[in-house]
Order: sequence, then C-alpha cells, then structure tokens
Amino acid sequence: MNNKILKITTTAIFIIIFVVFYKALQDTNIYTPKKKSNNEIPLFSANLFYSNKQINSSELFKLDKFYLLNIWSSWCVPCRTEHPLLMDLTKNKKIEIIGLNYKDKKNNAENFLNELGNPYQEIIFDKEGINAIEWGAFGVPESFLINNGIVIKKYIGPLNKELVEEIRLLIK
Amino acid sequence: MKILKLFFIIFFIFSFNHLGANTDDMKIKITKNLRCLICQGQSVYDSDSEFANSMKVLVDKKLNEGFSEKQIYDFFKEKYGEWILYDPELNKNTYILWLLPILIFLIGGAIVVKNFKIRK
Repeated sequence: MNNKILKITTTAIFIIIFVVFYKALQDTNIYTPKKKSNNEIPLFSANLFYSNKQINSSELFKLDKFYLLNIWSSWCVPCRTEHPLLMDLTKNKKIEIIGLNYKDKKNNAENFLNELGNPYQEIIFDKEGINAIEWGAFGVPESFLINNGIVIKKYIGPLNKELVEEIRLLIK
Repeated sequence: MKILKLFFIIFFIFSFNHLGANTDDMKIKITKNLRCLICQGQSVYDSDSEFANSMKVLVDKKLNEGFSEKQIYDFFKEKYGEWILYDPELNKNTYILWLLPILIFLIGGAIVVKNFKIRK
C-alpha cells in the first residue's frame, strides 16, 4: 500500500515539475514593457535639431492635432527601412511627424536626412538619450501616435506598411 | 588667523567631497537596483549599452534636481513597469513573491519540529 502511494506521489511530482518547466521554457524570458496607451505625453524640455533652441513639450504638441513621434537614428538600420514609409505618410495633411534623433552625431543625422528625405516637421536632438527615456522608449526605432496630448498607440520597432495603414485609419 | 582660514578652506573642500561621495554612492545604489532592458540579466550599473548609459545620466540628473531614491524608482516604474526594479516593492502584485519564502520556511519549520517531537 505504502509502495503504491510512493509511486503515485513520485509520478505526480514528476508531472508537476515537467509541466512547470515546459511552460517556463515555452514563455520568452525577454521582457518588453507593456505598450501602455491613453497616457498623457511626458512633460519635458528638449533642444531642437536645427536651431538648437530649447522647447517644451507643450509647444511642440498642440491640441486638436495628430502627431507621430518617431525615435530614429542614422546608425539604426531598421530606421532606414521605415523611412520611406514616413516620407509617404507626410502626404497626409492630418498628421505631423516629429522626429526624436536618438544618441546620434549631428553630421551623420544630417547626411541621413539629405539622402533619404526629411519627413519631420520638427526634430528633437536627444544627444544623451534622456528624452527617449522620458517617453518610456528603450531602443530605436519607436513611434508614438498622439492626439490631444494623449498617446493613442505605441509602436516598438520599425513601422511597416500594415502599421502605417493602421495609423491612416486611426487618424481618419 | 591664517591657520584658521586654512582650516576652514580644508574643511569646506572635505565637506564638498563628502557630498559628492554621497551622491555617487546613491547613484551606484540606484543603478544597481535598475534592470537594463537591452542586456537583460544585467543591472544598469553593470551594463554598458546605450540605454543603460542614458539611464545613468538620467539618474545623475534626477539626483542633482533633488529627487529622492523612491521618486527616481517611481519615475522609472511609471515608464517601464515594476520589472525595471530588481528589488520589487511589497504591493498586491508582489505579496506572494514576498510572503511565499516566509510561508515555506514556517511550514518547513513546523514539519521539522513535529518530526523532532515524534522521535522524542
């Protein structure tokens, strides 16, 4: 009788351990912050790329308008891929694209824009990467769709045709 | 009088050094308790990624602005979630994490005591 209980207990423990390990190994252990939306945009002051003028977020993002804040850098390869899509999005007059140049050299960033075009209405120059953290970003590229001072949607990674189409539908 | 002046100068230099050291210690303490999102498994203090370096600059900036340790943790928690902290605070989402080891210890202790009494 005792032997039977021992066998059942051992099998049960083995099954539990197997299930726990199987489930744990299935899940990715890379943490990605939740894409929180409907958050107010952060309050910050930053320097503009071309004029070097210091500006507050409230001056940059006016109410009753759609904005796409795009974090980019000349050294970021996926930014190059999404850039033509941003250029295409500039044709839509309902949205303004604001760039946040992340930890870049000004010369390289200028060359990047000269080569691929400038879709940005304004560019924030974030030399130390501090402004990107204020936005809760942790890499490039990332984009935030903003309306009335609220982040409607956050896109981690490069935009693709489907996502740009989604943006078009959201701002309709 | 000259000796007194010299004494004051030395005293102030040491005071400022002490203040600087305090800020540095706090910066190290905070960055060691923040996780790097790029090189996961490393703290911001240990990591040399672009993201971690920016976090270090921002922690320094916030300390200079007079933010407390808790305010800095709250700031990063709001941006990236509780996961960013190595030492999560006790709240409704983490109470199992905090209480389970104590509970296991108590149950284990009770079993040991019970067995010990039976043997006696």
